[in-house]
Amino acid sequence: MIVGNRKSLEEILEMIKSYKKVLLLGCNECVTVCAAGGEREVGVLASELKLWSSKEGQEIEIREQTLERQCDHEYIEQIRPFIGDYEVILSMACGAGVQYVAEKYRTKPVLPAINTSFLGVTLEQGVWSERCQGCGTCILDKTGGICPIARCAKSLLNGPCGGSSNGKCEVDKETDCGWQMIVDRLKELGQLDRYEEIIPIKDWTTSRDGGPRKRIREDLKL
Amino acid sequence: MKTKSNIERILESGGFVVTSECGPPRGADPEVIRKKGALLKGVVDAVNVTDNQTSVVRMSSFASCIILKEMGFDPILQMVCRDRNRIAIQSDILGAAALGINNMLCLSGDHQKFGDHPKAKNVFDMDSVQMINTVKTMRDDGKFVGGEEVKGKPMLFIGAAENPFADPFEIRAARLGKKAKAGVEFIQTQCIYNIERFERWMGMVRDRGLQEKVAILGGVTPFKSVGMARYMKNQVPGMDVPDEMIERMKGVPKEKQPEEGIKICVETIQKLKEIPGVRGIHIMAIEWEEKVAEIAKAAGLLPRPQLQAA
Repeated sequence: MIVGNRKSLEEILEMIKSYKKVLLLGCNECVTVCAAGGEREVGVLASELKLWSSKEGQEIEIREQTLERQCDHEYIEQIRPFIGDYEVILSMACGAGVQYVAEKYRTKPVLPAINTSFLGVTLEQGVWSERCQGCGTCILDKTGGICPIARCAKSLLNGPCGGSSNGKCEVDKETDCGWQMIVDRLKELGQLDRYEEIIPIKDWTTSRDGGPRKRIREDLKL
Repeated sequence: MKTKSNIERILESGGFVVTSECGPPRGADPEVIRKKGALLKGVVDAVNVTDNQTSVVRMSSFASCIILKEMGFDPILQMVCRDRNRIAIQSDILGAAALGINNMLCLSGDHQKFGDHPKAKNVFDMDSVQMINTVKTMRDDGKFVGGEEVKGKPMLFIGAAENPFADPFEIRAARLGKKAKAGVEFIQTQCIYNIERFERWMGMVRDRGLQEKVAILGGVTPFKSVGMARYMKNQVPGMDVPDEMIERMKGVPKEKQPEEGIKICVETIQKLKEIPGVRGIHIMAIEWEEKVAEIAKAAGLLPRPQLQAA
């Protein structure tokens, strides 16, 4: 899923302090699962804002709304009937959602209430961890199912570097060394011989480096 | 001989190589390099010039190499993958060769987190193994990474680093094997304090016959004090300083510690000289360049063979 992290109240207030009518827009997908921008977080943020407004004597009207997704046209359309009642949309979706809402309502400011962090997994309740950087050309078959691009601090394709120590990355002692994990997993799979293969220099055109990406499936188009 | 490298020439004649390093200053004063260089005159066969080591901004390795070249040294251009993409790397390779630099050391580079610009974006378009292969392909096949022809091949002797003390230990010789396959010709190791582990690694290297393909230069760094020894042990990632080294440094009074550090360094070199497959020594006297001559002399590494005019 896409993992996000809510911005601080101070940062959010800095963005919205000049507005009096705010549509606070949650998203029922990834950011709900990672507890950053779902219905519950919409409620929490709305309470914080109301508390602030009463304390500061600032008038603010907030409508709480959580869409099924902010990355699909049909759901974003659901707010059209009442969008005119609000000066600004404060979106709690990932960066994709924020932008797609902005594309649909061109005269309405759409502000981000969360920072989009990474593509990751839930390690345990309240703990998420990065797994993928969306480079567009997956090599997990070569590296024991562990991605050196996402999980090595230097994205080394032929690691580990000289900073791998006791299974940890040189960047900090809390971070596992991606290449230690790759070697361990290759061993578990009985494929340590794969380590001997040099992975050639990567074609980054499928990654962000190639410019904004688009995928078209002609067979699915209407 | 493929290149005009002094170390390639010495290695090819079966000689034992001595290299050292020169850390560029955090400013634009070329005299700093000249002063450090003067301390290494006649003591080493080639001088590494670090590339923004520990991710602290310094005078470029390339420019510093040229200053040393003007002084009659055979500099080793260090280049890290952290700050340059394949376009910049290949461009610098061509420029270095054009200005008479004969050696290059291909490195991943310390993460920027350690330096004075931790907010920087890193590059890592390629890794050190791929960088080795890039230089080799440009030099031997006359091809850029992109496949186009190089008009005027860069004749660089290709080096890299290897850390026998990093983990996972079991693949450390295999990783050297990858570098050998990619085309590396000499290796300078991380500072050796744990000789026993280094010997085990060399055993793995010899089992693969890698010492025949790659000249291995053992890296040494003298301790200035017990404080430095402790720092190296606890703060520098991938460094293996055995407790007995710390004890030995601690066992002498503070004013005698630099002397003891040098003694340990000289003893280490003497042990390294006896290990089959070790073809030279790389002395990294960090901000202590004035001691390199003393260490080399005490370890019986002097005089050095005359540098041939390039």
